[in-house]
Amino acid sequence: MTAVDDRPQAAPEIGNARRRKEDQRLVTGRTKWTDNIQLPGMLHLAMVRSPFAHAKIGAIETSEAKAVPGVMAVYTSADIADIQGVCITAWPVTADQKTPDHLPMPGDRVAHAGEIVAVVVARSAAVARDAAELVDVDYEELPAVLDLKAATTDEVLAHPGLETNKSAFWQLDSKGGGTGGDIEEAIAKAREGGIVIEREYRQQRLIPAFMEPRSTVVDPTGEQVVMWSATQIPHVLRFCIAATTGLPESKIRVIAPDVGGGFGGKLQSTPEEFITLAVARKLGKPIKYTETRSETMVSAHHGRDQWQKLTLAAEKDGTVTGLKVDLICDLGAYAAIVGGGVPVLGAWMFNSIYKFDAYQFNCTNYYTNKTWVDAYRGAGRPEATYAIERMMDELAAEVGVDPLEIREKNWIRHDEFPFTTVAGMTYDSGNYEAATEKAKELFGYDELRAEQKRRRDEKDPVQLGIGVSTFTEMCGLAPSRVLGSLNYGAGGWESASIRMLATGTVEVITGASAHGQGHETAWSQIVADRLGVPFESVEVLHGDTQIAPKGMDTYGSRSLVVGGEALVLAADKVIEKAKPFAAHMLEASVDDLEFSQGRFTVKGTDKGVGITDIALGAFAGHDYPEGVEPSIDADATYDPVNFSFPHGTHLCAMEVDTETGQSTMRKYVCVDDIGNIINPLIVEGQVHGGLVQGIAQALWEGAEYDEQGTLVSGSFVDYTLPTSADTISFVTDHTTSPATSNTLGTKGVGEAGTIASTPAVVNAVVDALRPFGVDDVLMPCTPERVWKAIQSGGGTQDAETTSAQQAHFDEGTPNQDPAAGTTDGVVQ
Amino acid sequence: MIPAAFDYVAPTSVDEALSALAEAGDDAKVLAGGQSLLPILRMRLNAPEKVVDLGRIEALRGVRDEGDHLAIGAMTPYSDVVDDALVREHAGLLVKAVETVADPQIRHRGTLGGALVHADPAGDVGAPVLALDATLVVVGPGGERTVPAAEFFQDLFETSVADGELLTEIRIPKHTGWGSAYEKFVRVSHQWSIVAVAATVRVEGGSIAEARIGLTNMGSTPLRATAVEQALVGKGAADLADACAAAAEGTNPPSDLNGDADYRRHLAGVLARRAVQKAMEG
Ligand SMILES: Cc1cc2nc3c(=O)[nH]c(=O)nc-3n(C[C@H](O)[C@H](O)[C@H](O)COP(=O)(O)OP(=O)(O)OC[C@H]3O[C@@H](n4cnc5c(N)ncnc54)[C@H](O)[C@@H]3O)c2cc1C
Repeated sequence: MTAVDDRPQAAPEIGNARRRKEDQRLVTGRTKWTDNIQLPGMLHLAMVRSPFAHAKIGAIETSEAKAVPGVMAVYTSADIADIQGVCITAWPVTADQKTPDHLPMPGDRVAHAGEIVAVVVARSAAVARDAAELVDVDYEELPAVLDLKAATTDEVLAHPGLETNKSAFWQLDSKGGGTGGDIEEAIAKAREGGIVIEREYRQQRLIPAFMEPRSTVVDPTGEQVVMWSATQIPHVLRFCIAATTGLPESKIRVIAPDVGGGFGGKLQSTPEEFITLAVARKLGKPIKYTETRSETMVSAHHGRDQWQKLTLAAEKDGTVTGLKVDLICDLGAYAAIVGGGVPVLGAWMFNSIYKFDAYQFNCTNYYTNKTWVDAYRGAGRPEATYAIERMMDELAAEVGVDPLEIREKNWIRHDEFPFTTVAGMTYDSGNYEAATEKAKELFGYDELRAEQKRRRDEKDPVQLGIGVSTFTEMCGLAPSRVLGSLNYGAGGWESASIRMLATGTVEVITGASAHGQGHETAWSQIVADRLGVPFESVEVLHGDTQIAPKGMDTYGSRSLVVGGEALVLAADKVIEKAKPFAAHMLEASVDDLEFSQGRFTVKGTDKGVGITDIALGAFAGHDYPEGVEPSIDADATYDPVNFSFPHGTHLCAMEVDTETGQSTMRKYVCVDDIGNIINPLIVEGQVHGGLVQGIAQALWEGAEYDEQGTLVSGSFVDYTLPTSADTISFVTDHTTSPATSNTLGTKGVGEAGTIASTPAVVNAVVDALRPFGVDDVLMPCTPERVWKAIQSGGGTQDAETTSAQQAHFDEGTPNQDPAAGTTDGVVQ
Repeated sequence: MIPAAFDYVAPTSVDEALSALAEAGDDAKVLAGGQSLLPILRMRLNAPEKVVDLGRIEALRGVRDEGDHLAIGAMTPYSDVVDDALVREHAGLLVKAVETVADPQIRHRGTLGGALVHADPAGDVGAPVLALDATLVVVGPGGERTVPAAEFFQDLFETSVADGELLTEIRIPKHTGWGSAYEKFVRVSHQWSIVAVAATVRVEGGSIAEARIGLTNMGSTPLRATAVEQALVGKGAADLADACAAAAEGTNPPSDLNGDADYRRHLAGVLARRAVQKAMEG
């Protein structure tokens, strides 16, 4: 009774390293970027921005600018007061969080350099720019608070009206929450008979530096106001506009056309977007605003910027008994859309892959007169991962064992999953042993350790350091109920629709709007397998609130693990809806049908019908079963049940030239466990790019201000982004522990490389320098800082490496201040 | 990044260029490869009324053999300088330095003359030109004059080329058979020098007979380390450290995000030793 189906079986699309179908248009630039959009009668904007970090806005003289031929209008805050909207905070982390008003264009006071005080509207961007130079603003400078630690004293206030710089204090305590023991007890016990390690680390401020500067076009001439914007979050942006400008949500259409990167930096509702909208409404004409790179640097939100005090308690053998985290975080001048929530995301990650008995996370957020701070690739997790992975190396050094050994002693074993951590998260799957074993082998760990020893013995001027980072992260933001319990202003679901077109092609609509990640390709692969249609037949639509009306957009490594699951749900609904059609066409019972490779067949026969034929049948509607609608299209919304927890072992070898302080990467191996992989080529791209961004934090990047509050690293001459010429060829590989919380078994990969690599690199640099008595180097580990660390650590090898007493933090300068030298803060 | 509006002329001879400049007075700017001028205009740090583009003046391009020296036209792009057989044979130090400038695109457009007149203390061509004892030819309304490299660089972004004048040629005495090296210290590959040392040496019987050392970004102009040059005479490859340690003596390097003055002084010593060592090897 075997019915032989001899049609060629299509190889599965999932797992196929397809080239991305979107790349031709993205790479050649022959596509719709926002700045390419030209509309009839369109006018252009130039912003007038404050050069001062903190100032009262006095008279604004616009007449000279208005007189320039081609200038249509010059507006200040008062002119757009009733329609300009507000930049909102979606996540007030506590009920009593202090949140300054954030108008797109303030009228009375600017709180950071780069804030917009006036806008020029002209027939061309060039004329607008010329005229903007002629707007004369009277500023009365106010004292500015620019340093995060200074902000904590409230001596100078970023917003005098708030009466404090403190925004909020947020705590997670394992004893209070019932997820673990008492941290103070653990520390007290360790002070007696164990080891207590206290360190203070700096997460420097970074600039997301996406490739495409931000651009917005608004067309108010139709029934709906249409906004095109280079944004990661068209849906959220539409909500923000409706919530704050008085425009009904139904009258707003937001389109994110092709968007050239974001890294979290376009996860924002920006002053520029609100102002462009306000001008368009005021003049009734299409308006475009495209920023310059210099404007991106000062006005698009920055990332990171924390001081981290850490106290780790352990037994003498290196078994960790507790971790206490005290963060102070710089939000910049305003609480951005995620804002104070970004550092809070670290709360669940400082304990990482380890089993600690007791844990406490304290986070205090402050305002300063600097550019606002929000999500940047990893958002809260890189900061946490950095701290714990640096601490584990310090513990290994203190105990005198290999850093991998100390990790293995403390990590969750693969047979202990699912595992609920001391922070209350339940990790569904993972295998730290397997990833580490594979990474060690690919790295040549033992050989490099032997070489390190040889170089140390020979006092080679070029020393070798080996850095370890066994990271995990939580991604796939997020179960909506969890977000609700945290006072987050939205859900974490994602939506998908599938339209089975009459001629055999398939439209897939996703609410996760890509900005370079490759969703169109990966989504096509998933749908091709699920529905048994050719990859080429699948068209993925996204980023337009009229085409993809529901969505929570792309960030937090959520698109695949949340949006991909919505897609699976929708595809399964399509199959379910097609079944009665198939039964009708095949004159069989629904229960006798099987679906495979795009065809329904009657079990045990060779009778069958393709799903695209059913689509045509449903379109015609001439002959379909009673009691069903003539359509097999489906919508689905998926709310995740848990986060996903990718992990991996990253190993980095750095050569440090002790004569100059220059650190050069010698080898980098990462073995990531991101669950099942849809497209290995896309994953490779995400890992490589992620690694470079994390390495860049370790070695190259930092947003620096002078004492006037001017961003000194305000161009790519001073904000030293790496290029491919600065990086080496990475060795990347995988182990696979499928996620158990979603059907595809996927975890996220968008941020993994960035989260993992920073501590691997700094651990390697510090490892190279340990014989010089060095136990920390401030990021970015510039040659100057490395060289000075060597000098102040003694300058000769075999310097005294035993710990100097550092009783508590508040005495003296932090240990990583290059001028103050390095102290080993181990308290016996 | 839109520059303010300006008039544009592209003369085909030096004389036409000079009269275009004379007409416009101090509101004119000369455009060579544009790799420094255009960023300045785009960021509106300067807004000339007129831009005089030298790109069509063929006479300002190329390298000639003039017996005891080479004559390099001011408008010769970096990429032609590094590819030129004469320069490679007789002024190897210049090739070593120019190879480190920026990236291939910028080396394709940027010119030797433009870089010298721009006189960025972190620029890479001042030090080798100084070390090679070049002479610069400047023409203006009053005719032509020659300026020794040592007098050419006057301050940060300031040379002896006055408004209304043009640099037309760089004359470099032949250093045939000299070994050379340019040790450029940067954090990322496309960066200007944090510090760099240009060294060219003539070796006789394993020790140094003559040495020329130029320093990049150790002061407001490129500098010549003459004390080091003298101390190196007679030294062998294993014997350079002491002479080179003094490289930073008398310099006044800047402090910035890449390093403070002390660190730069330290680097100058290390880089000088490495540069001389490499130069001795060829
Ligand atoms: C991204 C980037 C990276 C760079 N990295 C480096 C680096 O690593 N090292 C380095 O040394 N440089 C670097 N540069 C600068 C580069 O070398 C410039 O090309 C050079 O400084 C100027 O040469 P130009 O021909 O482009 O001159 P232009 O930019 O056209 O002109 C520069 C100045 O000289 C004047 N001028 C030009 N020619 C003449 C002439 N014949 N007579 C009189 N005045 C003249 C112009 O009026 C202008 O003031 C970099 C530039 C960029 C954009």
